[in-house]
Amino acid sequence: MTQKTTILTLPEEELVHPGNRACAGCGLSIIYRIGLKALGRDTILVVPPSCLTVLQGLYPIAATQLPCLNVTFASTAAAATGVLGALRAQGRKKTTVAAWAGDGGTSDIGIQALSGACERGENFIFICYDNEAYMNTGVQRSGTTPQGVITTTTPIRGKLQKKKEVPAIIAAHGIDYVATASAAYPLDLYDKIKKAKTISGPKYIHVHCPCPAGWGFDPRYTVKIGKLAVETGLYDLYEIEKGKFQLTGPSRKLDNKKRKPVSEYFKTQSRFKALSKKRIQEIQQSIDEKWERYQDQAG
Amino acid sequence: MHIIESGNVAAATGVKLARTEVIAAYPITPQTPLTEKLSELVDSGKMKAEYIPVESEHSALAVCIAASSAGSRAFTATSANGLLYMSEQIHWAAGARLPIVMCVVNRGIGAPWTVWNDHQDAISQRDAGWIQLYACDHQQIIDTVIQAFHIAETVRIPVMVCYDGYLLSHTYMPFEIPEQDAVDAFLPKFSPSYFLDPKNPANLNTVTLPDIRPDVRGNMAPGYMEIRNNLHTDMRKTISVVEEMDRKYQKTVGRGGNPLIEKYRCEDADFIAVCLGSLSYQLRDVVDTLRGEGIKTGVAGIRLYRPFPDKTVAAEFVNAKGLIVFEKALSYGNQGALYSDIKSALYRNDNRPFVHNYILGLGGREIKTPDLLHAFRISCTDFRKIGDDPQWIGLKL
Repeated sequence: MTQKTTILTLPEEELVHPGNRACAGCGLSIIYRIGLKALGRDTILVVPPSCLTVLQGLYPIAATQLPCLNVTFASTAAAATGVLGALRAQGRKKTTVAAWAGDGGTSDIGIQALSGACERGENFIFICYDNEAYMNTGVQRSGTTPQGVITTTTPIRGKLQKKKEVPAIIAAHGIDYVATASAAYPLDLYDKIKKAKTISGPKYIHVHCPCPAGWGFDPRYTVKIGKLAVETGLYDLYEIEKGKFQLTGPSRKLDNKKRKPVSEYFKTQSRFKALSKKRIQEIQQSIDEKWERYQDQAG
Repeated sequence: MHIIESGNVAAATGVKLARTEVIAAYPITPQTPLTEKLSELVDSGKMKAEYIPVESEHSALAVCIAASSAGSRAFTATSANGLLYMSEQIHWAAGARLPIVMCVVNRGIGAPWTVWNDHQDAISQRDAGWIQLYACDHQQIIDTVIQAFHIAETVRIPVMVCYDGYLLSHTYMPFEIPEQDAVDAFLPKFSPSYFLDPKNPANLNTVTLPDIRPDVRGNMAPGYMEIRNNLHTDMRKTISVVEEMDRKYQKTVGRGGNPLIEKYRCEDADFIAVCLGSLSYQLRDVVDTLRGEGIKTGVAGIRLYRPFPDKTVAAEFVNAKGLIVFEKALSYGNQGALYSDIKSALYRNDNRPFVHNYILGLGGREIKTPDLLHAFRISCTDFRKIGDDPQWIGLKL
């Protein structure tokens, strides 16, 4: 994609109705609105239980103008497979099938079906919006909750274990397109979805998605905090195309010398309050080492 | 055309004749030869369908749920623990009103592991909102699979076609394959009134609230309880739909006549054995022997187990002195499921026969005809000896 989409070239047509059930400042509501514009009208969505189920509305009212199949928690990618099977059987081959799940529905309960669908080479886009905990059920830890984070099931010491690197797991399936994105950079996500639509086989896009209620920040700072995660080099935007890794957009432009200290990101959210100074230093060190590796790879 | 083949091949042939569009399955004994046959039919181009080799039974039914929601005829098959692994999806498919057909090749449930036949797998899913039909021979397997699609698509309720693992799945028997033209005349193309379609978008299986709620135009839409009541009401209507489909099948294919209960020498019988599946054939021998002894006996094989044909049961058995329910499953800590259902159906009659319950054949324990004869004879001649508790046949320790 040589031409980057700007706010001026973004399609005006809205596929999400104004007024939905998302919380104020919800990162998901940003990427859902922009993401559907990229997917376009000829798309069938598959959605497991998540905040998105609520955002999309309560029966008989729906907030989206795309057909959507709500499915059981563990079955998202298998259900997308079933839609694709029916479309092939009926000769409806142009329609895009997009699965849209949260981090729990992707990295924990949904990973078996996702792995199976990737191994089978199903022609679909799987979008994981990662708000780093089970938010819809009240902020319980998930496989992608970062180490040290306070959730309702890691209430005192914070999560003891590391964040699961789902994009790396999916990339290990050898699929042609894996990308990360952020709710703070929705146009970058838009372009990545548009690119994914041009590639056949499984496509996986992992979107970092700030959550005011779960992360403990004022709803007005959703974009600011999402950007900080990228600007501190903690959460990187990249693509892995046919196995080739490259940083993209704001992460690519990130001047390693001007990278902000990660403590600036941590202090904006109450979920990090259990992190000790020592632990923050260790995390800073691991980020520095990661960026040295990036530079070595680039150089 | 008559052939001699296995029960699994009979099922696969029915799936092919029904022009199934999407098949998803995960291997489990004794279902495997069925899915292997379907893979072969699709891979060789003899059957035009999508065969999706999924990574679990949960996903197998997920594929069928989604394919059916997108407007395609969908099939899967499983056994035992595979069926239990699907359980969440089984309930989902019924609630979503998807006319999926699934063969359940009946097998006992672990632990401890067993690969052999009993009925605990399907019985454990009887309250999920699926229609359950039990076949007792290979001919019934192929005919029931074909009919199952028509029944399912008429009432928009999924159907399990249950048949005994090994006893039917792996044994070879002669059966007739209906002509494709006859099947096409019987089974119309699947054309659901709504399906996943970008031109006519709908959000399927959304969250409901405890109460009813108006739509954007102000019209009241059903809530969870109305939606579930519709399922129950339509399940009750299914009994007559199964009878109607049997009549239509007789006209177009030329076979049928026992849509709800398959009876053998029941007309003047004082004592009737009741069971599910292939056991009814073994009991026919026992009935013949007892008849030779002057005891008027018969066998009733229940073909439609859910919805339960309770009024038919009450009417058919109104003159019997005793019903003896032989079962390969039970509700642990209570009694056989079929036994409870039979007793409940008879409660509406003024003159109720005694009802006995024998549990047998669990985990494939061999069911010996002399044991059946002995139990049946005691029930007929000395029925006061047997109480309400289920009696176990074939225990060795």
